[in-house]
Amino acid sequence: MPSFDYAAPTSLAEAVKLMGSSGTVRAFAGGTDLIDQLKTNRRNADLVIDLKRIPELQKLEMGSDGLHIGAARSCSDVHHDATVNRLYGGLADATGLVGSVQIQNRAAVGGNVCNAAPSGDTTPNLLTHEAVAVITGPSGTRKIELADFFVGPGQTVLQSGEILQELILPKPPESSASAYLRFIPRNEMDIAVAGVSSFIHVDPATKTVRKARIALASVAPTPVRARGAESVLEGKVITEALIASAGDAAVESATPITDVRGSAEYRRELVRVLTRRTLSICLERIGISL
Amino acid sequence: MPTKHIKFTVNGVEQEQLVDSTWTLLETLRDKMGLTGTKEGCSNGNCGACTVMLDGKTACSCLVLAPEADGRVVTTVEGLETGGKLSAIQDAFVKEGGLQCGFCTPGFLISTTFLLKNNPHPSEDEIRLNLAGNLCRCTGYDKIVKAVERAANG
Ligand SMILES: Cc1cc2nc3c(=O)[nH]c(=O)nc-3n(C[C@H](O)[C@H](O)[C@H](O)COP(=O)(O)OP(=O)(O)OC[C@H]3O[C@@H](n4cnc5c(N)ncnc54)[C@H](O)[C@@H]3O)c2cc1C
Repeated sequence: MPSFDYAAPTSLAEAVKLMGSSGTVRAFAGGTDLIDQLKTNRRNADLVIDLKRIPELQKLEMGSDGLHIGAARSCSDVHHDATVNRLYGGLADATGLVGSVQIQNRAAVGGNVCNAAPSGDTTPNLLTHEAVAVITGPSGTRKIELADFFVGPGQTVLQSGEILQELILPKPPESSASAYLRFIPRNEMDIAVAGVSSFIHVDPATKTVRKARIALASVAPTPVRARGAESVLEGKVITEALIASAGDAAVESATPITDVRGSAEYRRELVRVLTRRTLSICLERIGISL
Repeated sequence: MPTKHIKFTVNGVEQEQLVDSTWTLLETLRDKMGLTGTKEGCSNGNCGACTVMLDGKTACSCLVLAPEADGRVVTTVEGLETGGKLSAIQDAFVKEGGLQCGFCTPGFLISTTFLLKNNPHPSEDEIRLNLAGNLCRCTGYDKIVKAVERAANG
């Protein structure tokens, strides 16, 4: 490994100060991406900052503006959280898919987001829940829509010295649900060939879709919303046929590449199928049968 | 090389070590402390041979920096027995022949200990899912699953 120093601040203020140290400074949570990148010389660092001992970054609580997930909170804590399982089903799905139990015990949802891999499993669901990213840096704290966080593969809007502090997921309304599915060639431990998260809010009496959010992984340089599919659904009575049309429309938002994991054509087909399936799971979770 | 002085509990014993900032917990346990039960396989979190318990939760020690262990509690395979007596899980692996070359076994034992602590009677599917982060190239897994079932259900 390259030579670097290590610091474990216990307050946000101390962390921000350390982020301003000279040389290449990298913050980390679980280190499941960063430590491997350092070992294999894909990243360098003069100082690494362990964020896990900062209380604000370990938050996992419902506030008046929604669920706060501190950026260092582990995928396993999120996966097993009762509120997450009740209100943010797709996030429970996604955090249970990241690597193995060992990886989930260390990997943070915030780390998954900051790593900004197009294949990151937790991001599509966070997008469907319209997560807000709280970013803290030398000039204070700013909030942005998570949808505006990603610039390209491995690239985010974080400026030098800034850290992701937490994610806020607005409280979903009654009669809504989310789900996440990815496709990998084996059962566990692989990178998504494609992943889809859906969120829908359906009027239980009329079965009209009040709101729909769909987001895709591994089919574009960043996680993307499938806005066309969302508008296919919104304002309509949900039927099998409508779900099928939404699947077709979601494909239009995918701009996949062909690589070792799958061809572009195969990925488009996966988007179609996974969109349908995640929408059906959402309906099941809401308790609506077609 | 920047160094850090860390204090942590390993298998119930408080330890102090001077570590390099860039060392992994795996290197520290094996090369500095002689706890060679924990194995190095892939060194990138895929194989699980280096699995230890960190504050009661499994982690790949190849992806933990040594300074992170400061103030923490670590359990390695050496810490599973009590007074020379194997744990029920270790015993079940022996009785079912849940190992061949043995290289992956310490990792499987730690992961199984964690699984059964949280879920004392897992189904076969749950066992396979929870042990997916541990690779074995010898057994074909069936005997490992049987060993876990034996440990869980007697
Ligand atoms: C064996 C294995 C299997 C994996 N399987 C999956 C999988 O199935 N799905 C998946 O999506 N990923 C997978 N991953 C990748 C990785 O585990 C996830 O991306 C994980 O969520 C990263 O979280 P972390 O906390 O460990 O990130 P870290 O390694 O701590 O950080 C990741 C990156 O973000 C930066 N960073 C972290 N936190 C902050 C912050 N608060 N502010 C600013 N920058 C920050 C770091 O500098 C680094 O560049 C796998 C990794 C391994 C080793």
